Amino acid sequence: MRSILKASALALATSVALVSGAVAADKLSGEMKIFLDTSNPAPRATFEGVIAQFDEMHPDLKIETTIIDREAYKTQIRNFLTANPPDVATWYAGNRMLPYVTTGLFDDVSDLWTGELGEELASTKAAMTIDGKQWGIPYSYYQWGVYYRKDIFDELGLTVPTNWAEEKANCQKIVDSGRKCYTIGTKFLWTAAGWFDYLNLRTNGYEFHMELTAGKASWTDDRVKATMANWRELIDMGAFIDDHTAYSWQEAIPFMVDGQATAYLMGNFAVDAIKSAGLTNDQLDFYQFPLITEGIPMSEEAPTDTLHIPSGAANKEAARAFLKFVASPEVQTSMNASLGQLPVNNKSSVNTEDKFAKAGFEMLNNAYALAQFFDRDAPAEMAKVGMEGFQEFMVRPDNVDQILARLEKARERIYKD
Amino acid sequence: MSTASLARSEYAPENRSWYKRNEIRVTPWLFLAPAILFFLVYVIIPIFQSFEISLFSWDGLGPREYIGTENYVELWDDPAFYTSLKNNLIWLILYLLAIPAGLFIALFLNQTVFGIRLYKSLFFFPFVISQVVVGLVFTWFYDPTFGLFNTIIGWVGLGPINVLGDPTYVTYGIIAAGLWPQTAYCMILYLTGLNAVDPEQIEAARLDGAKGWKMLWYVVVPQLKPATFIAFVVTIIGALRSFDLISVMTNGGPFGESRVLSFYMFEVALSEYGFRMGYGAAIAVVLFIIMLFFIAYFLYSMYRDERGR
Amino acid sequence: MFPTPIQKRSRNWQFTYQAFLPLALIMWLLPLIAVGVFSVKPEGDFAAGEYWSLPSTFGGFENYGKVFFESDMPRYLLNSLLITVPTAIGAVALACMAGFALGIYKFKLNLWIFFLFVAGNFVPFQILMVPVRDLTVDMGLYNTKTGLVLFHIAFQTGFCTLFMRNFIKGLPFALIEAARVEGIAEWRIFVYIVLPLMKPAIAALSVLIFTFIWNDYFWAIVLTQGAESQPVTAGITSFNAQFRAAYHLMSAGAIVAALPPVAMFFLMQKHFIAGLTLGAVK
Repeated sequence: MRSILKASALALATSVALVSGAVAADKLSGEMKIFLDTSNPAPRATFEGVIAQFDEMHPDLKIETTIIDREAYKTQIRNFLTANPPDVATWYAGNRMLPYVTTGLFDDVSDLWTGELGEELASTKAAMTIDGKQWGIPYSYYQWGVYYRKDIFDELGLTVPTNWAEEKANCQKIVDSGRKCYTIGTKFLWTAAGWFDYLNLRTNGYEFHMELTAGKASWTDDRVKATMANWRELIDMGAFIDDHTAYSWQEAIPFMVDGQATAYLMGNFAVDAIKSAGLTNDQLDFYQFPLITEGIPMSEEAPTDTLHIPSGAANKEAARAFLKFVASPEVQTSMNASLGQLPVNNKSSVNTEDKFAKAGFEMLNNAYALAQFFDRDAPAEMAKVGMEGFQEFMVRPDNVDQILARLEKARERIYKD
Repeated sequence: MSTASLARSEYAPENRSWYKRNEIRVTPWLFLAPAILFFLVYVIIPIFQSFEISLFSWDGLGPREYIGTENYVELWDDPAFYTSLKNNLIWLILYLLAIPAGLFIALFLNQTVFGIRLYKSLFFFPFVISQVVVGLVFTWFYDPTFGLFNTIIGWVGLGPINVLGDPTYVTYGIIAAGLWPQTAYCMILYLTGLNAVDPEQIEAARLDGAKGWKMLWYVVVPQLKPATFIAFVVTIIGALRSFDLISVMTNGGPFGESRVLSFYMFEVALSEYGFRMGYGAAIAVVLFIIMLFFIAYFLYSMYRDERGR
Repeated sequence: MFPTPIQKRSRNWQFTYQAFLPLALIMWLLPLIAVGVFSVKPEGDFAAGEYWSLPSTFGGFENYGKVFFESDMPRYLLNSLLITVPTAIGAVALACMAGFALGIYKFKLNLWIFFLFVAGNFVPFQILMVPVRDLTVDMGLYNTKTGLVLFHIAFQTGFCTLFMRNFIKGLPFALIEAARVEGIAEWRIFVYIVLPLMKPAIAALSVLIFTFIWNDYFWAIVLTQGAESQPVTAGITSFNAQFRAAYHLMSAGAIVAALPPVAMFFLMQKHFIAGLTLGAVK
């Protein structure tokens, strides 16, 4: 961990030397307030480093950084956007921007997307676009997939599964060995949505998944039922740890560390937490969620984390310069190396020493399409009702028809205008 | 602001001002003004505003749109609303257990032995701790892997029970946590009440052969009526306001099974995925109306007392 | 008074009672004792799965040190103090005046206004949430301690006025009449005659309000955000997010957050209980 940070600081220093020549021309002054949700240790240190570098380049600019707890941030953003807007704020791409875009709380930053930078960030342009305009700049994205205990796989003689039958066969062997296949903590609901997204993407494909989250397909459709039936096979096998409703995603990690469970369907940000809980690079590995329906191209989840300028910002000039700085190839490279995630700028490079980032980068480059995540693809209310339904399904799979009927009713209400 | 006019009248007695002539009539209003002002702005007017907001569709960010009673119509067949309502009822009923429980602990501690004052304080002390901390403490207490609760029921061969993750137990688990400080509160009310019990009546009853339960029910409890009334009021209010424990212990889950109205309204209006101020206000109005029955009853009892004085 | 005084019982009974008391207390405080033990266990004990053994070494200094020096906890504690103390002063001051007006003077609306305060005090405060949040945002006081303090003062005024008015009603009215005969101005009666007599009520109420406000969580999360203004009840949740699954630190944090009102209670016990139980006896 420490060595990564040190390396990234070095990389940053060099990158600053490169960038500063270009930006130093326009002198920035005044104050700039930045609100961050990067409360976990690694992201926190990364951003502090980036901001320090930017600060050094602009001696007349006074930067004030506020780091807010990641969970609390999600409810507070609406308050500070109206009451106490900073100049730069972190947020997420996709539909999660929608409430703030439609009410004019985010500034239109389409001007940053013209020219070279726009081309470099092209892969995420769609996720950042609402009404034909762009509302923020992405700084990082990451893959989702199955993180597993390689040592336990070796012990049981398992190989990485490539299709659903192999996945289930592996899981059966794991269950027979007295372990659980997957750890998960559904107390805060969204972890269950990761499972739904992947099962649905693999069972029915990207197009249907997008129709569903956009409210254009019915939740009582047979295709959704097929997804749930696949999920149920795992539940009935006893694949998931018991009592997952009582845990957060972090609290579910120890089950994997002490060997009670062998794998975790998660986003790449979990690697840092899993390693600091005690697993080494030799014990922990990653594989792509396997194929389910033959012939459906493999799409992946790749949530994008973003920076925005609130429309009430006082120092938009400085904010724009900061966004440009963060999006530049050099900063993207070093920043994501220390985050353990993937740079968005296509001119930056992935930290090849990080096997998880490398595997993710390759997987996402070959992906047919990228989904953001259930709660970023679907509007807020649908996300809430949906994820609650998924959690209930994991505990009471017999209620599936009732749950889907409830989601369908919610869909009819939520998307009506 | 009132002192200025007061001072003037004070030092110009010969010129009997309007204030001086009306002093007795005006003074109470001057003294009341700041409190009434604050109370109107922050409490009374917002109640009416909530009624108004409940008739709108509003995300709290953009403009709002009048939709009449649509929020209430939606509430009418919202299963989550009924879950909350049902849980509110369970809270109301079970929370009242704090009253007898508090009474029995008070009776148990109502002795004069060495160190009893310290015991009384220590028994009371859960009440002083914030509900957030109580919630945390009980979350760990119930934890399915290492919680003390499961360790204990494991000794008698039961469990493990995932209290907070299981929809059938979750509400009871949270109420049990809530009963802990509430019982302490009722206990202290009764301890004070017991101090004032008339010893002569007890002796007289004893001579008449009253003992144990009979003595308690016919002689002691009637004398504790004022304490019981207050215990009842604070317990009902506490039950209907329950929010902190649910928010800290389960966040309403699993799948919304531990919601109550006060939590549900926060959830739809201001939580991570909640953007429906109007709908939240409608839930709050329902909660308010339920409360209104109790408020009316409390005020009526107080009014009777006032007249009796 | 009701149970037969233990001294009149047999020696066996007395002995059983004395032995049972500490046992009952331990059972009653068990969840709390557990957290206390957690907070002095070293990190290694948890990693080894030793949740319920005695601490292998004393990790208290390290754990509490982390709470005080490596988190925002001290800041949250300071915020709590800066919110709680002004609220207690403000609410008690308003209530002294209002209680005086309602307790001493006879006028038509007296009882109505009194009941207004009482009823407002019973209101489920969720109904105030949306409008009060908007009001605070509009006044530019969102995410400030002032915004939180103003609301708390207003809301606590209901309970405080109820308390003060009943207390003043119990004072000898003859004193006031005598003063009036002497021609003493009404406001002087308040300052020089009534206020000194109210000292015990003021003490009791201040301690109570201190505890109530310190322990408030709902309004803290509705009206504030972040370490610059949130009190410790709200801070503890972000503290826990920071140290998720580090039970020794979370326990230490919880104890630190709970301590000030507990200290207040033990120091001011007499006033505290007098305040809580006012009206429990006639």
